[in-house]
Amino acid sequence: MLAAVSRVLSGVAQKPASRVLVASRHFANDATFEIKKCDLHRLEEGPPVTTVLTREDGLKYYRMMQTVRRMELKADQLYKQKIIRGFCHLCDGQEACCVGLEAGINPTDHLITAYRAHGFTFTRGLSVREILAELTGRRGGCAKGKGGSMHMYAKNFYGGNGIVGAQVPLGAGIALACKYNGKDEVCLTLYGDGAANQGQIFEAYNMAALWKLPCIFICENNRYGMGTSVERAAASTDYYKRGDFIPGLRVDGMDILCVREATKFAAAYCRSGKGPILMELQTYRYHGHSMSDPGVSYRTREEIQEVRSKSDPIMLLKDRMVNSNLASVEELKEIDVEVRKEIEDAAQFATADPEPPLEELGYHIYCNDPPFEVRGANQWIKFKSIS
Amino acid sequence: MAAVAAFAGWLLRLRAAGADGPWRRLCGAGLSRGFLQSASAYGAAAQRRQVAHFTFQPDPEPVEYGQTQKMNLFQAVTSALDNSLAKDPTAVIFGEDVAFGGVFRCTVGLRDKYGKDRVFNTPLCEQGIVGFGIGIAVTGATAIAEIQFADYIFPAFDQIVNEAAKYRYRSGDLFNCGSLTIRSPWGCVGHGALYHSQSPEAFFAHCPGIKVVVPRSPFQAKGLLLSCIEDKNPCIFFEPKILYRAAVEQVPVEPYNIPLSQAEVIQEGSDVTLVAWGTQVHVIREVAAMAQEKLGVSCEVIDLRTILPWDVDTVCKSVIKTGRLLVSHEAPLTGGFASEISSTVQADPLECRGSLRPSREGA
Repeated sequence: MLAAVSRVLSGVAQKPASRVLVASRHFANDATFEIKKCDLHRLEEGPPVTTVLTREDGLKYYRMMQTVRRMELKADQLYKQKIIRGFCHLCDGQEACCVGLEAGINPTDHLITAYRAHGFTFTRGLSVREILAELTGRRGGCAKGKGGSMHMYAKNFYGGNGIVGAQVPLGAGIALACKYNGKDEVCLTLYGDGAANQGQIFEAYNMAALWKLPCIFICENNRYGMGTSVERAAASTDYYKRGDFIPGLRVDGMDILCVREATKFAAAYCRSGKGPILMELQTYRYHGHSMSDPGVSYRTREEIQEVRSKSDPIMLLKDRMVNSNLASVEELKEIDVEVRKEIEDAAQFATADPEPPLEELGYHIYCNDPPFEVRGANQWIKFKSIS
Repeated sequence: MAAVAAFAGWLLRLRAAGADGPWRRLCGAGLSRGFLQSASAYGAAAQRRQVAHFTFQPDPEPVEYGQTQKMNLFQAVTSALDNSLAKDPTAVIFGEDVAFGGVFRCTVGLRDKYGKDRVFNTPLCEQGIVGFGIGIAVTGATAIAEIQFADYIFPAFDQIVNEAAKYRYRSGDLFNCGSLTIRSPWGCVGHGALYHSQSPEAFFAHCPGIKVVVPRSPFQAKGLLLSCIEDKNPCIFFEPKILYRAAVEQVPVEPYNIPLSQAEVIQEGSDVTLVAWGTQVHVIREVAAMAQEKLGVSCEVIDLRTILPWDVDTVCKSVIKTGRLLVSHEAPLTGGFASEISSTVQADPLECRGSLRPSREGA
């Protein structure tokens, strides 16, 4: 009866009334959930195995994950329409990682990752509009249309890096700055299972451990480095143990609550001055490595389907919330509708916004004062370079 | 298009500078004034968006090497690698994703044919790949390493410059890693942006001890790659990635060699020498055709082929004949290899004399 009334009212677009009706249905304020125990390396105890999720947080995480999911799918669509060009690496399937990590840290903490960065760009505070406009290379984009998919930046979010593994020593450096500034901040330095075999990562491990830097190294293990499965690339697929002298924990990256608790644990560890810590997030990506990879030549469709049906992060959270009476299916559907509209509007903007003007081609090469001229493709083409 | 506009601009400056003999010769050849834009219009043209293009121009079918087959660039590379592995039992191919055929399909079928201990994947570690390759080569086996994109070669830069290039010299010829060849897709492809478009040949040109080679076509690629593999010095072979599918030619099935350090005069001319390598050769050929048709200028087109050590004699001989030089490459202008060519040509007064106006163009 209640549901029918609320449906009628929402049909008449009396949003506030329907929400009041829905809200007056008694939802629990919070619920306690059991989460998977993390495998530990060089740690006596790990994150807790139970956690409390409030209704408010639950709705927030759901909305954020759904936004990331829809945004990535919209990017897929725009890429196929050739409105987005170049390279595009999507992170749908890995939403619990970006939202869960953000839930475990403060906005004043720092984060750096590789090229599968759209989700992190959103969770670190940029709007979908800015992200999609950057993907389409327009002036409304967060990097003024000059960076593209792999080069998005926000406050306390250092990108967005194209070269595999190169961001990890950078993250260790940011952690050094955190320690130096003494503001109790940590740096989350992310890399993938493919990058975990790069030499510079081990150099960063050594420096971080030697100088006890507040760096949380996070390996987002989605089982495939481009088209190579982890077994065929790594002598040891226990990525959380690869830090050797750095303690590590292996986390279920499809469960947002697991990720959140592990992140809180790791952040507390670093903030206490004990040095770096390593987290392996076991996650999965539905899309191929990038938009030019169909993603089915090195794994079966059945495998992808299985993960989607059994471990989808949004589905897991939704089931938890509905079953513990933290939210109703209708309410979550409403959020879906709102998110869809937000993404549509952002995509409209991203398609309609003009490209950056050609005069800006030479800007920001150096930091220079006063402005100077830069040669173009030959010595008679000159661009002004301002920074 | 950019190249043509630049060339026209260069001719305009020549005229403005009041150069005597050559200019009169050009004028006499029927230069149409209307074609050359005024300087201010040219400036506006420079700010307009220019979309680069090129048309691959295949060479005539080679007859001296036996039966030929229609191949594109990646098939020509596969053919060369196939020939190498067949001829040399110590040859191994390794790199990221080479086992299934490679991201550009250059190694398709080789693992099935020669086995998994001769064609194998490495993890994601460029420095490791090249270092490992140097090790294989030092023992005498033939190592053919692939770096997935030339943009990723920089972690391996130390290994190439400090280890591979100097091995023979520092050991007094006791050891060497001459049987190492590093192959890498190179150059712009349209959508590559920062990290899938680079042309780093100039960085390596600065390093004695290695050879750097860039082919312009499938026929050239197979012959040059086989020469690199057989050459007793570590070689870097850059394959223009935009030509992998776009360039189709008749290529001999049997192995053959094209000598290194020899530039090729593709088209003879008398008014100006145009030098390029890789994809840009095709742009320059189009420029030469347009210059002949619209300006009546006869261009001599040279494909440099080997960047290091480069064929100074051929280029200088050509410049003595024409008196003018234009070098064009995709890599950035400053410190690009064109600067080496133009300064060498100018610095050798015995070889090159007369009214030399070398001009550089880079991306």
